Amino acid sequence: MATAHTTEAGSSRAVRRPGDVIFSGLSTGAAFLILAALAGVAIFLTIEGWPAVTASSGELGADNIVLHVWPLLFGTLLAAAIAMLIATPLAIGLALVISHYAPRRLAGPIGALIDLLAAVPSVVYGLWGIQYLAPKMLPVYQWLQDNLGFLPFFEGPATTGRTLLTASVVLAVMALPIITSISREVFAQTPVLHQEAALALGATRWEMIRLTVFPYGRSGVISAAMLGLGRALGETMAIAMVLSATGVISFNLISNQNPSTIAANIALKFPESTGVHVNVLIFSGLTLFVVTFLVNFAGRWIASRGQVKG
Amino acid sequence: MAKSIDVSDLNIYYGDFLAVEGVNMTIRARSVTAFIGPSGCGKSTFLRSLNRMHEVIPGARVEGKVVVDGQSLYGPDIDPVAVRREIGMVFQRPNPFPTMSIYENVLAGSRLNSKRIKKSEADDIVEKSLKGANLWNEVKDRLGKPGMGLSGGQQQRLCIARAIAVEPQVLLMDEPCSALDPISTSAIEDLIHELKSDYTIVIVTHNMQQAARVSDDTGFFNLKAVGEPGHLVEFNPTKKMFSNPDNESTEAYISGRFG
Amino acid sequence: MTVLETPPTAQRDALPLVAPQLPRWAPALALVIAAAGAGILALLLSWGLTGTLLATVLLLALVLPLWSRFVEGGRRAKDRLATILVWSTFGVAMIPLTTLLWQVIDNGAGVLSGQFFSYSMRNVVGEGGGIYHAIVGTLIITLWATAISVPVGVLAAVYLVEYGENRLPARIVTFLVDVMTGIPSIVAGLFAYALFVIFFGPGVRMGFGGSVALAVLMIPIVVRSTEEMLKLVPNELREASYALGVPKWRTITKVVIPTSLGGIITGVTLAIARVAGETAPLLIIAGKTDSVNFNAFAERMQSLPVFIYYSFTQPGVPPQYGQERAWGAALVLIALVMVLNLIARIIGRIFAPSKR
Repeated sequence: MATAHTTEAGSSRAVRRPGDVIFSGLSTGAAFLILAALAGVAIFLTIEGWPAVTASSGELGADNIVLHVWPLLFGTLLAAAIAMLIATPLAIGLALVISHYAPRRLAGPIGALIDLLAAVPSVVYGLWGIQYLAPKMLPVYQWLQDNLGFLPFFEGPATTGRTLLTASVVLAVMALPIITSISREVFAQTPVLHQEAALALGATRWEMIRLTVFPYGRSGVISAAMLGLGRALGETMAIAMVLSATGVISFNLISNQNPSTIAANIALKFPESTGVHVNVLIFSGLTLFVVTFLVNFAGRWIASRGQVKG
Repeated sequence: MAKSIDVSDLNIYYGDFLAVEGVNMTIRARSVTAFIGPSGCGKSTFLRSLNRMHEVIPGARVEGKVVVDGQSLYGPDIDPVAVRREIGMVFQRPNPFPTMSIYENVLAGSRLNSKRIKKSEADDIVEKSLKGANLWNEVKDRLGKPGMGLSGGQQQRLCIARAIAVEPQVLLMDEPCSALDPISTSAIEDLIHELKSDYTIVIVTHNMQQAARVSDDTGFFNLKAVGEPGHLVEFNPTKKMFSNPDNESTEAYISGRFG
Repeated sequence: MTVLETPPTAQRDALPLVAPQLPRWAPALALVIAAAGAGILALLLSWGLTGTLLATVLLLALVLPLWSRFVEGGRRAKDRLATILVWSTFGVAMIPLTTLLWQVIDNGAGVLSGQFFSYSMRNVVGEGGGIYHAIVGTLIITLWATAISVPVGVLAAVYLVEYGENRLPARIVTFLVDVMTGIPSIVAGLFAYALFVIFFGPGVRMGFGGSVALAVLMIPIVVRSTEEMLKLVPNELREASYALGVPKWRTITKVVIPTSLGGIITGVTLAIARVAGETAPLLIIAGKTDSVNFNAFAERMQSLPVFIYYSFTQPGVPPQYGQERAWGAALVLIALVMVLNLIARIIGRIFAPSKR
């Protein structure tokens, strides 16, 4: 980065003060250290995960590493997808409360309350999920099994509250503050001119929101949901504690046989693992990294494209 | 169909702050009424109170009466949404909906009022409104293009078309030309002349020549002093206002001695 | 203007400004009706509080729009329904927050005592013991993580704002830092493990490894917040300093950074609060122990989140005491995180006016 320090303040090419050279070098170095760290995550995980690819089927407990990781990836995606189905509409409503519905004096405190949800450590969500939420959900699951049992999602048997659906609810609560905070920013940025134009045409508040706020904030909400999805995919402790996982592949959301997720599986098995099992876990971690990276990449990309339009 | 507006003893507040005080006037139907005055004197605030748009700002409220067609706008049974449908508004800066095409922009208001409009009906409304806004010939070949792609003057006429598409009785214009170049301005002024035959038009302007050119009646707003509420100094036919005003400060303002 | 000569509304004389409207007290009455209906149902079917509240909202979302539909018409009914639904999302979001805080305080408050804070778990079976070792571990690991991420994060932000000039490399760094905020914490832990294995061999566990993992999570937060703060410093200040003949690096260190110091500290505090509760990476690289360990570079090191996890999932026999300690530690951890957040807000508020 020789071009990084050619600008103002007397540091012309002829006279380069040592202080300027050192300081700009340091800060440029720090920036590229971050890139190196990101690359390092990928590189080191690949190095330590590679032995899992070449490992024999006896050591894996599956024919090959893909068959080993696939059920976990399935559980990860399923739990996160359900969490998004729950969290996104809630977050849009919450963002509207803060940006358009609440009186201005209340909007700040309401936003702070939602931010509190983000401050709770994930292990505490795990405690809450296993001890409070899971028992409370069991009657709901029994009802679902009795009344909607013909759907593959609710086949049951509903004997425990520690199901994939409970885990998804916890994930939804954890992703809620992220989606809300980004959505409320874009909603609040909707040009007043457009909102007034809609009102002046005789729109009700809801019609005004549908006419101006939603179209304006669409890309922002999509990217917010992507970032929330990234958080839900990688969430570890809450799932590890709440979910009673058996590693099956199933869309049955309320039974005692649940798919596990990559992150929870690592947390549960890593402390006791040795040898090639460690490499297998690291390989699954690499898979998770790639998936979350892609999701976050897409989310940020949509967000940055949206900014140009606004 | 166009209606007159009677305003009596109108006070407008933002929270505890009295912004405009004691306005009395009668705005005649099928005429153009212009409000002039220095910045911050409350003329835009007053204009927005005529279709209850000022309520959009939290804490804003009014005392007094605005009567249209025998009905007080601030009466207990009045639906502000219905008021805005009958009393349309055009804003300072053109504000077509950015996500909609020209066609959809014109129809935006009508779509709100009735769920299903037949395609042929919709086409009629769009053509009639755009013709009414003198924009039809310029855009008829690209109705599906985004409204934001038009020039500033065209955008403003699109907003006028959008406002008249819902067939209001009154059209409020808040400095509609202040963001436009002189050629677009004169196009809008011509349009105002034509619209006068069907609508009651109220326009706020900073430009006194514009007020003199387009309006039949003129109201002059001023602040009593800095920090004091704005009030209506004089309300007279435009001709009288610009040749022989009743009030000294009106004359001073019009002849450019302040403001 | 041939079209406008025969407007279709020429015959429309009456001005329909008066739309039939529900009275002001209509929502309140609908709420009372809904609550009463839900209450009766709850008595008949013996529902709990949550069920009754949900039924109340559902009934309200049915009653008020229906009433409005017949009096005010479909559009207003839809508007009222939307209002109810939007506000009810707030109510729904408060359910987890209130029950969680209540659970943590209810279960955890009884455990707190002098002994709880001053004892480790060494040689403790059953009742007694404390979280001293976990608090020490959390402090040391977080301190090292802060020591790594603050210089790197702040310097990187300086590069982005002062040297990057929005050219391609700077834009790439900005974008990847954003993406990096989404790295799952467990992946950061695996990264630290994979890195340390190369130097220390398989099965490595040390507190500093946890610090590296937390730093990976912290750096992007520090960069983002510092970048925002540096951008707020008005260019006039920089130019004034240059005009005095001050070199660029001294301008940055003596003018730009001090001006935005409050904001930077706020961002760093929030970042600390964010990682102090992280469990997964510490589970992997810092491990667990029952003893106090002050050395971050050798041996396993306990931390509060990991303590909570193991106390709850492997509470020992009888399980009651371990689970009680888990809730107590959870209360301490939440309090710690909340206090950090509060400090960040206070610092932010104190320094806020000087930025403008």
